[in-house]
Amino acid sequence: MRRVILLTISIFLSYFSLHSSLLEFQIRDFPWDDGKALILEWRLDADSDSLRIQKLDPNGHYVTIYDTTKPSGTIMDDDVQPDEAFQYRLIVYNRATGDSAMVDRSMVPLVQWYNTQKTPLLVMMLLLSGATLYYIIASKRGKEFFIRRINALDSMEEAIGRATEKGKPILFIPGIGDLDDIQTIAGLTILSHLATRAAQFDADIIVPVRFSMVLTAAREVVKEAYTRAERADAYRSDRIFYLTDDQFGYVAGIDGIMVREQPAANFFLGSFYAESLILAETGFSTGAIQTAGTAMPHQIPFFVVACDWTLIGEELFAASAYLSRDAQQLGSLKGHDFGKLLCISLIVVGVILEYAGIHWLSNIFNIG
Amino acid sequence: MSYINTHVRWERMTLFGILFLAVMIPLILPIGWRTDVSPHVQMVYDLVDKTPPGSAILISFDYEPSTMPELKPMAMSLVDHAWQKGHKVIAVALWPMGVQMANDVFSELTASPSEISSDEIPDVQTTDVKEKDESDEMMTPAVSANSIRRYSSKRYGIDYVNLGFKSGAMVTIKAMGRNIRETFPTDTFGTPIDSLPIMDNIVHLRDLAYIISLSAGDPGLKQWIMVAHDNFKVKVSGGTTAVSAPGFLPYINNRNQLRGLMGGLKGAAEYEKLMGTFGPASIKMDSQSIAHVIILVFIAIGNVRSFRRRRKQRQARDKE
Amino acid sequence: MKRTIPVIITFVVGMLVIISEFVPHKPFGSIAGTLENWFLIIAGFAIILGVLSLLRMSGHKINSKAPNWQYYLAGIISFSVMVLVGVLWGMRESRGIFGDGENLFNWLGAKPFDYLFNNFFIHLSATMFSLLAFYIASAAYRAFIIRSFESNLLMITAVIIMLGRTSLGNIMTGWLPQNMQFLHLPRIADYIMIYPNSAAQRAIMISAALGVIGSSLRIILGIERSYLGGGN
Repeated sequence: MRRVILLTISIFLSYFSLHSSLLEFQIRDFPWDDGKALILEWRLDADSDSLRIQKLDPNGHYVTIYDTTKPSGTIMDDDVQPDEAFQYRLIVYNRATGDSAMVDRSMVPLVQWYNTQKTPLLVMMLLLSGATLYYIIASKRGKEFFIRRINALDSMEEAIGRATEKGKPILFIPGIGDLDDIQTIAGLTILSHLATRAAQFDADIIVPVRFSMVLTAAREVVKEAYTRAERADAYRSDRIFYLTDDQFGYVAGIDGIMVREQPAANFFLGSFYAESLILAETGFSTGAIQTAGTAMPHQIPFFVVACDWTLIGEELFAASAYLSRDAQQLGSLKGHDFGKLLCISLIVVGVILEYAGIHWLSNIFNIG
Repeated sequence: MSYINTHVRWERMTLFGILFLAVMIPLILPIGWRTDVSPHVQMVYDLVDKTPPGSAILISFDYEPSTMPELKPMAMSLVDHAWQKGHKVIAVALWPMGVQMANDVFSELTASPSEISSDEIPDVQTTDVKEKDESDEMMTPAVSANSIRRYSSKRYGIDYVNLGFKSGAMVTIKAMGRNIRETFPTDTFGTPIDSLPIMDNIVHLRDLAYIISLSAGDPGLKQWIMVAHDNFKVKVSGGTTAVSAPGFLPYINNRNQLRGLMGGLKGAAEYEKLMGTFGPASIKMDSQSIAHVIILVFIAIGNVRSFRRRRKQRQARDKE
Repeated sequence: MKRTIPVIITFVVGMLVIISEFVPHKPFGSIAGTLENWFLIIAGFAIILGVLSLLRMSGHKINSKAPNWQYYLAGIISFSVMVLVGVLWGMRESRGIFGDGENLFNWLGAKPFDYLFNNFFIHLSATMFSLLAFYIASAAYRAFIIRSFESNLLMITAVIIMLGRTSLGNIMTGWLPQNMQFLHLPRIADYIMIYPNSAAQRAIMISAALGVIGSSLRIILGIERSYLGGGN
């Protein structure tokens, strides 16, 4: 009898000792999502050496969703629906003693309408967009803004004229990015201006592209440019063609075109990677006048070295405004300047504050 | 720039010819120079080294054959290191040919010794064998003529898996962040993911200890940093071509957006040094070193010629 | 109307994507991903356009015996062979119409597609990439001429980086005592790459990002319409 009592007490105590060894089991809503995920966290002490997490299914049975020996951890359950309670059970084992304990928890996933962690991003976006819109409206109302000379863009006329004189074509490469790359779009907007001038000067323009979507857009751009220049009859769709999706296959194709067709002027405007120097040097060896523009920082030096003119970074995006001299577009360039001023101010203030050991500004921009 | 005349063309051909020899000769007759390890490569090494055994890790093969000479040695060393530490390697690719690149690396590393052909082992000739000494700048190649380790006991589906290629770059990574199993319901050979033991308990990117992207361009390392680290808080490291490497240095910051970077062949050679191997990257570094010197010599020659030309022009002007 | 509808679509979609960045609530949370999937689907179909364009252009050059028509013939033959062998005998992971082509596999040591890929394509790609080495040399020979203070600075930096990034840098300055390790060429090279180089790259990245914002705003608001193939 005494043994039975002692055994009962020890089982009771070991249950509680195991239970009291379970320090934490929490379920919380995944922050700032559409209510389709919950985060389950547990922390146990070293006495418990394995655990199992179970979830109550619609049939009323607990199904194991996670099984581990980790004493602490976090898992995410994204098989949940918003505004519906989900029940979980944590079962803890101690292999040596064979004891186990169990904790039940439940949680309702919540849907959030706004992610407050992205507020700094929203503020910056509103500031920059607001400034750009302000300058566009000011420009529409007649205010004139100074824009410095961009020699690379001024030289386009000279390049087209040279091609016409020599009777050689112009080669235009809109980069190796697809149509979802903003640099490709920027390249195509310059192509529009270039094609108009080429049509007026009666110069041939060759546009090999890497992606089919860019092919469609480039053809449309050039066709409209020729129509605008009242030279729709001179437009040849076979001069704008697809080569290959492969990066170096594309480069090999362009090199072949350069060596065979001997264009008088080459334009490399868009996003480029390792092939930038291969294109530029091959173009140099054929004696063409070359203009390049890209926002890829590590390719700009190659273009600067090997090309006659280079558009660096934002000059590529400013090109359309510069060439068209449209008031609204020029106004938007002023917005770039505001953005730069804002960045410079934040950097200077941020550096001073960091040196002073004040981190609130850098913490604001720690967007999770 | 004026049209390239015959004289200039011959100059270029001469330069190319000398450079070709400068690159070729050290490949045939390796010198055995070693390179210091930079802090960024050390960071990559430490990330792999300090991750506990049994962890699942992901390597994204975001390159193609053109950049294989720079990135494959990195891949070999990384998988070698990961397997030494007992990690489970999951391969994916954001480039279509990355699948093949991953298969090549796994095939080579799991080949049994009898399957290794003689031309896979660095072809080095030496009669001296000396103890490997980390302070030595020269490492006798014969010490590690067989330095590429083989793991013929590693089993597909248990120790490593190739999930294949998925287009979409950032969309794919975001989808993996939510659910890898839905993004890759089968591996590249069509085996359902549920039947692969290595994928047990791997549901989200957060279930991985770290991600390494071997990236030759876009999509690649930048997307992994932007999504896997910034959104899902998974540790990200990487290797890139030498040309792209400077562009990723800003991501190595106090927010740990990028935990180290291997840049080009030198980065791969540094990693091999940390691994204590004398692999393909270390051999090719000899060529790179000689090539750099040749280029510097030619730059000097170019400057001398330019200086003499300018002096002649000045003298001619003075005479007038 | 031809240009108005695309501009309206651009505006609506642009605003939706911006909103989805901040509003995780249905349906905005998943809209960006859905739109990107739509783009991928369209791009997948668009590849047919590209291939047809390539074949038509090459065919025209061959038919009219234009100068260098042989290269276009080589291009069409290469294209056709790769497509055919891939469709007929498949690749490593997949079967073709004629199965796995065991006889061919035994003869070549791999499936025809894999054989061509490993023995032709990989080497051709590597060859194109290796052109960079030669072109860097010729570009450096031409460009690194000392003319002014800035070009002087460029030369010195180039020499330090080129030596510091190879084993030679280590050999040349590795013997320096501990208190002079700051003159170690690889360390100086790393310093230049981490500080001045990163600063310059970040400046270019920031200004390019601002350019992207401005350009994107112009496109979303319909101010910039050249990419649609028309004027403003």
